[in-house]
Amino acid sequence: MLNLFLKRITQSVMTVLGVVTAAFFLVRLAGDPAVLNLSAEATAEDIERVRTALGLNRPLLVQYLDFMWRALHGDFGVSLRQNIPAMDLVVERIPATLELALTSFAVGIGLAFVLGVAMRMTPSRTLRQVIMWIALGRQAIPIFSFGLLMILIFSVWLRWLPSLGRGTWAHLVLPALTLGTYELALYLRLINASLASEQRQDYVRTAYAKGQGHIKVLLKHMLPNALLPLVTVAGINLGLLLGGTVVTETVFSWPGVGRLIVESVSQRDFPVIISGVFLISLMFVVINLIVDILYGFLDPRVRAA
Amino acid sequence: MMADAASRDEDVILAVRNLSIALPGKDGPALLVDDVSFDVRAHEVFGIVGESGSGKSLTMLAVLGLLPPPLRMVSGSVKLRGRELSGLSFEEMRSIRGKSMAIVFQDPMTTLNPVLRVGAQIGEAVQLHNPGMSKQDVRNRVIELLTLVGIPNPQQRYRQYPNEFSGGMRQRVVIAMAMANEPDLLIADEPTTALDVTIQAQVMRVLAEVRRRTGAAMVLITHDLGLVAETAERMAVMYGGRMMEQAPAHALFNDPAHPYTAGLIASLPRVDREVRELFSIPGFVPDSAHRPGGCVFHPRCGLANDRAICRERRPEVAATSPGRSVACHFNDETAPWRAAQERAMERPVEARAPSVADDSEPILRVVDLRKEFQIGFSLFGFGRKLPALRDVSFDLIKGRTLSVVGESGCGKSTLARVLLRLLEATGGDVFINGEPFMQMSGPLLRARRRNLQVVFQDPYSSLDPRMTIHEVVAEPLRIHGRYDAKRVDDLLAHVGMPPQTGRRRPSELSGGQRQRVAIARSLALNPDILILDEAVSALDVSIQAQIINLLKSLQAEFGLTYIFISHNLSVVRHISDDVIVMYLGHIVEHGPVRRVFETPAHPYTQALLSSIPHPQSGEESRRKRIILTGDLPNPLAPPTGCAFRTRCFRAAAECERHEPALTARTGADHLSACHFAGQTATARAPGDEG
Repeated sequence: MLNLFLKRITQSVMTVLGVVTAAFFLVRLAGDPAVLNLSAEATAEDIERVRTALGLNRPLLVQYLDFMWRALHGDFGVSLRQNIPAMDLVVERIPATLELALTSFAVGIGLAFVLGVAMRMTPSRTLRQVIMWIALGRQAIPIFSFGLLMILIFSVWLRWLPSLGRGTWAHLVLPALTLGTYELALYLRLINASLASEQRQDYVRTAYAKGQGHIKVLLKHMLPNALLPLVTVAGINLGLLLGGTVVTETVFSWPGVGRLIVESVSQRDFPVIISGVFLISLMFVVINLIVDILYGFLDPRVRAA
Repeated sequence: MMADAASRDEDVILAVRNLSIALPGKDGPALLVDDVSFDVRAHEVFGIVGESGSGKSLTMLAVLGLLPPPLRMVSGSVKLRGRELSGLSFEEMRSIRGKSMAIVFQDPMTTLNPVLRVGAQIGEAVQLHNPGMSKQDVRNRVIELLTLVGIPNPQQRYRQYPNEFSGGMRQRVVIAMAMANEPDLLIADEPTTALDVTIQAQVMRVLAEVRRRTGAAMVLITHDLGLVAETAERMAVMYGGRMMEQAPAHALFNDPAHPYTAGLIASLPRVDREVRELFSIPGFVPDSAHRPGGCVFHPRCGLANDRAICRERRPEVAATSPGRSVACHFNDETAPWRAAQERAMERPVEARAPSVADDSEPILRVVDLRKEFQIGFSLFGFGRKLPALRDVSFDLIKGRTLSVVGESGCGKSTLARVLLRLLEATGGDVFINGEPFMQMSGPLLRARRRNLQVVFQDPYSSLDPRMTIHEVVAEPLRIHGRYDAKRVDDLLAHVGMPPQTGRRRPSELSGGQRQRVAIARSLALNPDILILDEAVSALDVSIQAQIINLLKSLQAEFGLTYIFISHNLSVVRHISDDVIVMYLGHIVEHGPVRRVFETPAHPYTQALLSSIPHPQSGEESRRKRIILTGDLPNPLAPPTGCAFRTRCFRAAAECERHEPALTARTGADHLSACHFAGQTATARAPGDEG
């Protein structure tokens, strides 16, 4: 187990290094930051001066090593636009991103659980199908249309909830619902398929043969086993949510990291892009590390291996 | 049994009358179980024998009220101690399941919930029917139950998960769970089918012990005639959803009244006698949707002779004598028919003389073959080594059959894989026709591989489901650029399949037909040696006999040499010329089949042979049984000296210090690896059935 854990940590560190390296070289493909950041009237001397100031006149490999060396010491450079440390800009946005990602994750998986268990327990075939069709129907609507629809209904017509920005819990409701219900269909199908296959297992038959009732068999015996595949997918998906909520953030003007990175790309603010990518990839691998540990915790067979 | 009718009624624990189970379908319901009636009396063991699809398990699931939907009990009555169960609701049945009746399922690897502690799973069964019981009392009861089924260190084991238990130990846990509330009726559904024969003996003894303590009656569902013969007092035979015959166990074996029963008994290879050819029931078990009308057995029956009444009228179950009943129009003819079959099967003794006695070079020579598996991962490049084969050596003469037997984990399948070079050996040599096979590579290896082909155990996974049968058999020919459609048809004909079968796909064939296809494929390249890795183990008894007979006739026709890997010792006795017994990667005994079976030299062989249940000798063989204690030791840390000494009833101090070499200790061609080889089996003191 410890051996496995060390192996996973090594892999995680390599992943983050790889992502940052790729980000560093990819942004350079977009062009010379000095040129892109100066106005059109800038002279060749101006450009040269900025290049020297930013260290862009050195060979690319030297720049990379220099960047990595500073990054190792926590220095990710200064934002080219706002002249404050790039990492500070990103860190400032982290709470907003975490708030939205975790809430919508909880909404999606929580709803999926309740509905998945309900679908197993109801004797009505129609109800089961209705639940599944609603979930699939929601997933078929793109996030931006659904978000706008929510704003139209709850902010414009009913005037119950704010449509923009972040601050109170009320601000969180619409974006979290928009994103969370989008995730719902995926989890619901997974839970449903997983429970259906557990239903056929011998240990379920054994539990019934002991005299156990339907609800206990479902909650005590089937659910812990059905969780195993869900944990893996949920981990990857939570990671995606952390970096990929740009559309939702844009629709609801949510001040998260995703939007910051997109803005920085259009402004060619490279230190901010790399800082953002670094933090997101870090969160991603940490979550997956947690998933691996959780897996060992949930499944004694993994623990033994 | 001699009591009058009135007290006998009180004795009846379970009374099943006219039970029918149906699967609803588009063309009306298909009857999976058809009008089955039987009684189970207090304290007795009632055996239900049948092949797959006979409805034996479904019948008992219906008794428990656990039929998987959409299956339904469409008629009949089930009474437990006089109480009608068939109309009860799910909630009402809950108070009976696990309390008055309990079940032990076949596969202990899947019966337990992998993510719950063993103690909690047994505790659940206790608590469900004793809701007021304190946690401490439940715990004490669970530990008591674990002790009852003979699990060492119950205090520790209580907290462990199923994956920390061996197969035999898990089945003990399942038995403990079933016995939690001392039920009146215990249903054991193939309780030992997934286990090795030595572990089977342990588990059957545990079952006998818990029944002796609690007085529970037991229904034993099995396909193993030998097992039921020595365990059950009365038994029933099911076929195609019908109960064909019911009788006291010894009467049923000595004098079967139904031609199906007689056929099943005759198709069973036996350790205690030799026959020229096994009787085999022709055809295959019909699937539930296409069962023949009239008597469900008539297309395969030796008595029916296409008589109209068999085709048209379903025979009703009729009592023939007190305690016996049979469902056959012509059961009077069974005994003479059977006698005729027996005479035809008798082997003239001289025919068993070694078929090839010449001193020619062996076709296969294996010298000090070793295989180690690397276990675990380490940054410094050293993991632990698991020795799966240790210095395995033997010669095999052309045209003979060598069987390899032993418990799972003994290395017999690894041997097959190494010989086929699906796994690379760690050391040692293999010569085929004198050529060193292990050093070959490239085109030469490819060409020589043709000499060595394999048939695997499971005909359901060894054929590609998307290929037609023709393509399956043609594939090896195509690989070697020798494709010829006529050759494929020929091969199919040799295994008894018409060429039209070639257009079908594996999913359209029965298990026995698929195994025929697998054999045809293995013969496609005219191999010298065929490795049969548990090739008949997954088949029903009546089909197994067909395939064994087929293998023997193909061997005679093509002069094939067989390496027959099996855990079924009765089949081994019937099919082999020589036997190798393996334990923890070692050969512990090697000799001609008759010598090994009649005068086994190694205590392990003696124990293995005594574990086989015999249909005929029943009680007697059970009393002589040597029951090995414990499981196979951890192969990563094998015992010092003789690997078998930890389970051996004859182990002495010497065994710990010196590993006995495999040498001829009891005659020139009879090798064994035991310091006390050949000490007669009469000295079997410990482990006798209590």
